[in-house]
Amino acid sequence: MKKDQLLDLYHQMVLIRRVEERGAELYQAGKIGGFMHLYIGQEAVSTGLIAAREPRDRVITAYRDHGVALNTGISANEVMAELLGKATGISKGKGGSMHMASVEKNMWGGHAIVGGHLPIASGLALGDQYAKNDNVTICMFGDGATNIGYFHEALNISKIWGLRVLWVCENNQYGMGTAVNRASAVDDIRQKAEGYNMKNSQVDGMDVMKVYDAAREAIEYVRAESQPYFLEVITYRYRGHSMGDPERYRKQEEVKKWQENDPIGIFRKHLLEKKTASAKALDEIDAQVEDEVNQAVEFAETSPEPALEDLFKNVYVE
Amino acid sequence: MAKITMREAISQALMEEMDRDPAVFILGEEVGVWGGTYAVTKGFYDKYGPDRIKDTPIAENAIIGAAIGAAMVGQRPIAELMTINFAFSAMDYIVNQAPKLHYMFGGQFRVPMVIRAVGGGGRQLGATHSQTPDAIFAHFPGLKVVSPGTPEDAKGLLKSAIRSDDPILFIEHATMYQVRGEVPDGEYLIPIGKSKVQRAGKDATIVTYSKGLELSLKAADELAKDGIEAEIVDLRTLRPLDMEPVLESFKKTNRAVLVEEGWKSYGVGSEVGSRIYEEAFDYVDAPIIRIAQKEVPLPYNRTLEQAALPQVPDIVAAVKEVLK
Repeated sequence: MKKDQLLDLYHQMVLIRRVEERGAELYQAGKIGGFMHLYIGQEAVSTGLIAAREPRDRVITAYRDHGVALNTGISANEVMAELLGKATGISKGKGGSMHMASVEKNMWGGHAIVGGHLPIASGLALGDQYAKNDNVTICMFGDGATNIGYFHEALNISKIWGLRVLWVCENNQYGMGTAVNRASAVDDIRQKAEGYNMKNSQVDGMDVMKVYDAAREAIEYVRAESQPYFLEVITYRYRGHSMGDPERYRKQEEVKKWQENDPIGIFRKHLLEKKTASAKALDEIDAQVEDEVNQAVEFAETSPEPALEDLFKNVYVE
Repeated sequence: MAKITMREAISQALMEEMDRDPAVFILGEEVGVWGGTYAVTKGFYDKYGPDRIKDTPIAENAIIGAAIGAAMVGQRPIAELMTINFAFSAMDYIVNQAPKLHYMFGGQFRVPMVIRAVGGGGRQLGATHSQTPDAIFAHFPGLKVVSPGTPEDAKGLLKSAIRSDDPILFIEHATMYQVRGEVPDGEYLIPIGKSKVQRAGKDATIVTYSKGLELSLKAADELAKDGIEAEIVDLRTLRPLDMEPVLESFKKTNRAVLVEEGWKSYGVGSEVGSRIYEEAFDYVDAPIIRIAQKEVPLPYNRTLEQAALPQVPDIVAAVKEVLK
């Protein structure tokens, strides 16, 4: 990867972190409502994955979607405005934190029913297969989604029909507050793909370069072979499941241990060691992000509320 | 005008739209090699091949979920549910995903999908395979629910549904595939969301749809023998509900009987009746009567099953009652 691209990845990861940290403050200040699930700690996963796709490849994810939104090029302004429910939000204030999408950026949501978007992902790929193109659909979901029926129906049809889907399980160790080994019959989630005779592998999700390499290889396979692939990414969320999580299910030492492997810290070290960039250059990116996020908050706060007549808009196309 | 069966009308609609638009394809259980469990897609597999007539596993979440996804990226899938009772297995997609996607993402997504589902009782299939749960689906904004009562309407409405950019649940009645009716020659469309007077009359208004239309037409024939002229308004679409012809008729007759095959509680008749009271209270000359299924799971035994389902004499008696 070229220097510019590497620095862009660094920029994206820091941007996700800072947008969400500011988002958390605004949530606590009562300016953001509903549920908000932070991606902090998992930034390397979506950043590495999205960097590995062609623009024509689709991505669809669950409700922890701010990272994917920013990685696919939805602006911090549009993300922040959506969090605040404003008319300028990417979903015009009608979706909120869990429902961000952009057809233009090939980002297909933002879906809030656990596992519910997996059959839809198979459908996106079915639509592409029907159109006889070789687009790949990247479908991201948590470890918790692999215990629900949708998962199994979706994987099964992707295999029998030879759909181009890269299934990406972000194993962040907990489905809400229930540890993987308390909810799943197998700890190694990728084993579930074996039941569908699907090629699979596991990768360290705290290292963006490892995610990128694994994703590139997997996408190449999916495209060339017209077969689905299952990638399990081992990661960790530093914050609670959502903003109202008392976190009784894990010890602070465990969180601290994972924080020593901070994905942004690891990547920063990598860039410095490979002399891709100086500390000063990286600090400049951090400062740039700070400006960008300040502007996004300003934009969101000064944006108009949706008009009351928009209540009835877009219930139907016709 | 040709006289054809409901089955032929639906098959013709599917075939004409598949011939017209290459984005249209069919998926579902046994739609292909088998030819459809109600033989609606008989011969389609040989004509269109496995890509356009897609046999699926018995997995309703996969069927409807995949149809939604394919629709989102520009195809026009028609998903067949072997029976509407299997819709409950895919309820999340039918009521919680498809109707929300256009609205929730600020208008970015479209879901031009039709779900064809076979509903209704009367075939001794037992409680889990005989339901008429149409009203449940009509509860959700964002979904359109269509249920025709004649071959002409079935063909014209299904063609409109396939061309629509909104998700549509198209409910066919399992005992009506052999019903024959006149169908216009050549291409025609019937707009979704328009009720229709299927029989003119001046004494009382019967509001119904689907199987209820068949029963109500027979009841009207009976009533005519006694000199009573019942007007029958066929809803055809449950959501969006077109009350105009209903209210127009009611303002003329001042009396109504509402006929549906589903359960009475929280049903189609409840909705239509409330709206008449809300919008035409001054015209009410007699309490409105609802004819519907008895409040039991449908039994297997034929006598018991028929006792639970609405029958022609129930409608005749109700019309005479509102005319008292």
